[in-house]
Amino acid sequence: MNLSNGSVTMSKRQFIHPYIPNSVPEVKEEMLKEIGAKNAEELYSKMIPKRLRLKTTMKLPKPLPSEYDLKRHVGKILAKNQTCQEYLNFLGAGCWQHYVPAVCDEIVRRSEFLTAYSGEFYSDFGRYQAFFEFQSMMGELVGMDVVGVPTYDWGASAGNAIRMASRVTNKKEVLVPKIINPYRLSIIRNFCQPKVMPNHIDVKLVNYDPEVGMLDLEDLKSKISLKTAGVYFENPSYLGIIEAQGEEISKIAHENKAVSIVGAGPISLGVLAPPAEYGADIVCGEIQPLGIHMYCGGGLGGFIACRDEEKYVGEHPSHLISITATEREGEYAFGECRFDRTSYVARDKAKDWVGTGTALWTIAAAVYMALMGPHGIKEIGETIIQKSHYAAELLSEIEGVKIPFSSFFKEFVVNFDGTNKTVYKINKALLKHRIFGGKDIAKEFPELGKSALYCVTEIHTKEDIEKLASALKEVVK
Amino acid sequence: MKTNLKLRRYHAPVWNEPVIMEMGRRGERGIIVPEVEKEISEAVGDAESYIPAKMRRKQLPELPELAQPHVLRHYLRLSQQTLGMEINIDLGEGTCTMKYSPKVNEELVKQIAEIHPLQDEDTIQGILEVVYKFGKVFLSEISGMDEFSFHAGGGSESAFTGACIIRKYHEINGELAQRNEVITTIFSHPCDAATPATAGFNVITLYPDKETGLPSVEALKAAVSKHTAGLMITNPEDTGIFNPEIDEWTKIIHEVGGLCLYDQANANAILGITKAKDAGFDMCFFNLHKTFASPHGSDGPACSALGVKKELARFLPVPVVTFDGSKYHLDYNRPYSIGKIKDFYGNVPVVLRAYAWAMSMGAEGLREAAEVSMINNNYLEKRLLAISGVTKPYKVEKRVDQIRYSLEKLKEDTGIGIQDANRRIIDYGIQSVWTSHHPWVVPEPFTPEPCETYSKADMDYWAAVLSRVSKEAYTNPEIVKTAPHNSTIAKMNEAPLDDPKKWAMTWRAYLKKRKRSKKT
Repeated sequence: MNLSNGSVTMSKRQFIHPYIPNSVPEVKEEMLKEIGAKNAEELYSKMIPKRLRLKTTMKLPKPLPSEYDLKRHVGKILAKNQTCQEYLNFLGAGCWQHYVPAVCDEIVRRSEFLTAYSGEFYSDFGRYQAFFEFQSMMGELVGMDVVGVPTYDWGASAGNAIRMASRVTNKKEVLVPKIINPYRLSIIRNFCQPKVMPNHIDVKLVNYDPEVGMLDLEDLKSKISLKTAGVYFENPSYLGIIEAQGEEISKIAHENKAVSIVGAGPISLGVLAPPAEYGADIVCGEIQPLGIHMYCGGGLGGFIACRDEEKYVGEHPSHLISITATEREGEYAFGECRFDRTSYVARDKAKDWVGTGTALWTIAAAVYMALMGPHGIKEIGETIIQKSHYAAELLSEIEGVKIPFSSFFKEFVVNFDGTNKTVYKINKALLKHRIFGGKDIAKEFPELGKSALYCVTEIHTKEDIEKLASALKEVVK
Repeated sequence: MKTNLKLRRYHAPVWNEPVIMEMGRRGERGIIVPEVEKEISEAVGDAESYIPAKMRRKQLPELPELAQPHVLRHYLRLSQQTLGMEINIDLGEGTCTMKYSPKVNEELVKQIAEIHPLQDEDTIQGILEVVYKFGKVFLSEISGMDEFSFHAGGGSESAFTGACIIRKYHEINGELAQRNEVITTIFSHPCDAATPATAGFNVITLYPDKETGLPSVEALKAAVSKHTAGLMITNPEDTGIFNPEIDEWTKIIHEVGGLCLYDQANANAILGITKAKDAGFDMCFFNLHKTFASPHGSDGPACSALGVKKELARFLPVPVVTFDGSKYHLDYNRPYSIGKIKDFYGNVPVVLRAYAWAMSMGAEGLREAAEVSMINNNYLEKRLLAISGVTKPYKVEKRVDQIRYSLEKLKEDTGIGIQDANRRIIDYGIQSVWTSHHPWVVPEPFTPEPCETYSKADMDYWAAVLSRVSKEAYTNPEIVKTAPHNSTIAKMNEAPLDDPKKWAMTWRAYLKKRKRSKKT
């Protein structure tokens, strides 16, 4: 990059940038005259001590104020990427490639939604109604009466949910499955504080049944006690496994006066039972599959749903948009429920914090759920099951390749112990076939051997799956 | 002063849309799912057989059933009923830096829509280059910090990341049990108090002196001790007052062994004017959706770039983007890292837009943006203080990026405070103003921030609206009290929002509660 201060090409007085109307010298003069100052320097000198003010111009690359030049420059850098449109992608693990309906993109690219921020309930009425509609439709999927406006991602929603459980029960220990995305676990641990701090929440891991990958209920029973604030488990799990013992887990949690917290994949909920039905008190999870592009991890959003009881609502950290009425007959309004809970009001005494989150993706997810409807959401669940199981079957026919867990949704573990190749090497070789192989989980779960986590969704055709199978056959030889 | 500009006739769109849950009719479809090839369904059979019986969903979820054009129409109408920055003079939302987000950047972002964050490094070299250069080349030069992380999905998450780094630093030094206090100020953003609390610290909040609008150095000295873990502070604060003793503050914190985190969420009017490092800070964060022109998205997705001095770089969340001279890498092997705050490595599209914006501006352009924002703020002040009932608390004449004004006088004179006024100004087609976080240290507060996007004519118009509302308060307060009149809806009934019997966060809850209240 060419480092120069740009003063060669444009002197300060002549710099009129299209994004800055008042850089026109005459208007600046008029304003300064009215303010009663000669120039900006004079004003800054009355605000910021000289010792803290920069004496030189910053050294930055030569600017590209021409929109065309800028587009060429950035386009050239981005051309160094390969995308999942050019390559066949089987990566999931927290960000999944689904089809994004054109209407979702159309709506989130609307200038009004794209550029609104924190206007009040009247002038920003539309975005509040969209948030309420998201909450309503997500409520139908998970079977709960309270849903908030999503936070940053699944990890943050799980961290928040666990801290909610701790406050609801006034206890400081939580049980989490050993099969969990290690990065999500790291996020949770950051929420739960180090041991040396007085409000530390102890995170204990519960083993899994090595045969089926589901939670080991005996281990759960041995680790749970009346000290347990909550049991957190996922459905489908990080490794795609459908946890069939939801009801038993919730029952064990409730017997110990602990909260049952379920991390759910919402796109599975047209075919999988809603978590509330098997005893969940709090449900969290990731909204990215619902009409949001992957954006290299920039499409995430984590929802939190809970029981419609004061003790849960009062501990919820997020914006909770409630429907109400106006002075005009038959007219809806939308406002903030118990806003005094939030950090905007209660600062360090708040229920954790709320901040700029993922509102645009909340709107995308609302549009997605409205487009899918009850039949669409069921059909997409069925489609994903059929295609992912078809892929698993094809892969399992390859010599040396095994599928250790058979009850899964969308994602599944592929084991390569019977080949003499590491997942790393296999994935590098698949790149030559223009395929992104599944995530290498050998280091995350050494007991599973040379394994990868594959993701197959509705976007994969029979031909795509067969292409993967034949490429793998060649690569593992 | 020309505060009697002719105001335009305005009415917000009124579509009177039902809630989507009431719309459509049974059988309509919004979209069709990709087909499952016959060979696949024959080979694997029914989907249901793969779901353990107990885990099968028995009843369809009660989602609405609408044809595609009607879903589109509904959400287009809702979008129209949202007063985005791009269709109004949105300088009233202070502390938010409602600047123009260039359209060309939206074109660029589309190019990374279908990239998976776990793709092999070799296939995301372009993205890694943008992230690396934006930190190393731009933000390091702007702030003086050595390393940047883009993980945080917003300013508050950045503050939390900073609090976790403060925590880790003292933990490694074996002092965490003792150092359990973080100091902030009441005019710093609430996240500077809330996130260290979640991280496990006790928070000490300093209040301002009545004259200077800032807590005194003596107050800070009285607050520090062997328990001090760090300082998390905004400067200039929400009042627009730049703390001229800020380097003395960081020195005091360092002398007792604490770390200093500079909340530069909106640093718009000091870009190229003053650096975090020169004021003695160990860390700082910039909100790319504010200062660096990424759109606010109705409240995210956002990104806050956290910069640290090299001594703290080992604590940054993993992965960190590195460069070996020919290739970019994602470095996960950092044993002292705080671990993860957000999955993957942040909201990359926001970083891409910020990079493009900064490339469009260059060093002089960034400084021009800062200077014009500051001049705008001082110009708007002249206009606003000419309006009856508007005052500027604290005896500090010159403010940087924004000013927290007060309508206390207006309220005393007329009974009209900021909440009434805020429902009335929108009748003239401008967005509601940002008041203040709680507590309202400044009574009846409002905080406009006329950043570089707004022209002199924009500011004149905005001031004219406030002037009109002030006049109405003195002559016809009823019209303000009963506002809005030209908005999408009439004045709402707020009582149900805090009433467990009536609040309803979902349509299903609303139906249940409505039924129950009809019975009784």
